Amino acid sequence: MARLQLAGITKRYGDFKAADDLSLDVADGEFVVLLGPSGCGKTTTLRIIAGFIEPTSGSVHLGERDITSLPPWKRNAGLVFQSYALFPHITVAENVAFGLEMRKMSKAEMAPKITEALRLVRLDHLSDRLPRQLSGGQQQRVALARALVFRPDVLLLDEPLSNLDAKLRQDVRVEIRELQRKLELTTVMVTHDQEEALTMADRLVVMNEGRIRQVGSQQDLYERPSEKFVADFVGRSTFIDGRMDGPGRFVSAGGLVVACEGTGTGPTSLALRPERLALMRDAAPALDNCFSGTVEFISYLGSQVDLHVRLSPKERVIVQIQNRPEQPLPVIGAQVHVGWSKSTGCVFPS
Amino acid sequence: MPGWISSRIVGRMALRTAAGMSLAYILLPMFFVIWLAFFAQEIPSFPPDGYSLKWFRLIPGNDRFVSGFILSLQVAVVATSIGLAIGVPAAVCLVRGRFTGREAVNNVLLMPLVVPGIVLGIALYVFHVETEITTGLPILGSLGGLIAGHVLIAIPWTVRLITASLVGMDRAVEEAAQSLGANRLTTFRRVTLPAILPGIVAAALFGFIASFGNLEMSLFLVGPGRTTLPIAILQYLEWKIDPTIAAVSVLQILFIGGAMLLTDRFVKIGRVV
Repeated sequence: MARLQLAGITKRYGDFKAADDLSLDVADGEFVVLLGPSGCGKTTTLRIIAGFIEPTSGSVHLGERDITSLPPWKRNAGLVFQSYALFPHITVAENVAFGLEMRKMSKAEMAPKITEALRLVRLDHLSDRLPRQLSGGQQQRVALARALVFRPDVLLLDEPLSNLDAKLRQDVRVEIRELQRKLELTTVMVTHDQEEALTMADRLVVMNEGRIRQVGSQQDLYERPSEKFVADFVGRSTFIDGRMDGPGRFVSAGGLVVACEGTGTGPTSLALRPERLALMRDAAPALDNCFSGTVEFISYLGSQVDLHVRLSPKERVIVQIQNRPEQPLPVIGAQVHVGWSKSTGCVFPS
Repeated sequence: MPGWISSRIVGRMALRTAAGMSLAYILLPMFFVIWLAFFAQEIPSFPPDGYSLKWFRLIPGNDRFVSGFILSLQVAVVATSIGLAIGVPAAVCLVRGRFTGREAVNNVLLMPLVVPGIVLGIALYVFHVETEITTGLPILGSLGGLIAGHVLIAIPWTVRLITASLVGMDRAVEEAAQSLGANRLTTFRRVTLPAILPGIVAAALFGFIASFGNLEMSLFLVGPGRTTLPIAILQYLEWKIDPTIAAVSVLQILFIGGAMLLTDRFVKIGRVV
């Protein structure tokens, strides 16, 4: 395994920049997830690391090697695809053997390595099957074994769980993560699924429109989003438009005066996490912010309930509350109070 | 009975009738040819006077049919092989490559399928004449000229069918091979080729059939003493209309049908075409 460094990577297609000045340093053994909506440049970035796309400018280093212009077959990167991409005409064991064969290894040397790789993904009993005789989850584990058996310097995962059904996805997620920790694999995964990203990554990279928007831990992104896009994409936020009317004072378009920790001036959006808002029957003057409102919509999610509360003609917020038997749920039309401390809201210039 | 059930039954019957009529339309001429081949009398008329195998017995003694069959076979095999040698790389370039004029090249390669055979024959004939006059090379009526013409009609089939199977192939499988350490050539040999093999077999089969059954173009390209089977059949037909022709056709149908069944045993071409 090795450290992976991207420096100033840009990929242009005519006037369009699929990747725009990306720099990223992935430590040896670290699991980094590139997260973003489709077309954000995350797949382009992964394909640049794998060697299928040559960047217009910038460099890629893997360990001590500059691999920027090496073809994919000289990079020693293990790749797992969304579509599994197993070789359909040969057996599971032969699939796994392929990478070793390309490294001119003898049959006798290969055998124990293949068995070990298949044992890692708990499929050593299916080594003689053809890929089409396996379930989707099994096929993806074969693909993983195939990518790991030759000890790659970096493991690249391209939406590896997207084709699996929800239940299986959770299992394979844990399996990949445990394997990655055990083998101390430097790993880069691409996904558009934020839950997947949050549960698997050591560090996350949020991308949009070809650029890195924020790099950080789960807490960094969730508690301290650097911009409106991140606050919206990671977790859930209700946005209230308005402007800063002096330090720590936000006035919404609908006239609500909100205490917050922002310092800027001019047009601003205030982002509020639904689960960080308190729902109360009576006003609570002790809180920094407390507004009365009307419940307009209720989403019953089982363990939680989302309430859409109108605070002013122009503002409606979502409040998420725990569903507890001792606390009766409000009904549509009920008058309630919504409160939050000034550290809860994040402000972003708009 | 509710209205929607009865309308479904009517719909299903209409579909079956239409399918049955289409199938009959395709099979009826073949049925008559096969039936005719077993008529006893020399002049085909209905109802037959009786049935006989004598027309089949006459074929091996007819030099024109035998040599025609052998020539057609040779030409078809060679032309198909060359057609594949051109078609496989061409299809790979057309599907995987990104270059200007890709669409134009694709259309040029499919052109021989669109141009009527007789026009193709005349064009090649004139081309051969002119080339022979200019260069002095004996092209006109040569075996090489005949095969070159047949390569032309095999190419659209090989390119089309191999293109189709390449398009249907998951690109990620090739990329997986490359990431595992296989260079382009190894990837093609170990991954792409096995994946498109059914397409290649189908391409060979259709190229062969197109060449083997070709009449119009071949008419202009054959030389003295060199007659393909379809031409031998036509020439025989100019003087006689006894059931020998039908018997030869039956053998030809059996030959091609047999080739298809045999290939299908090894490669499921039904998945490609």
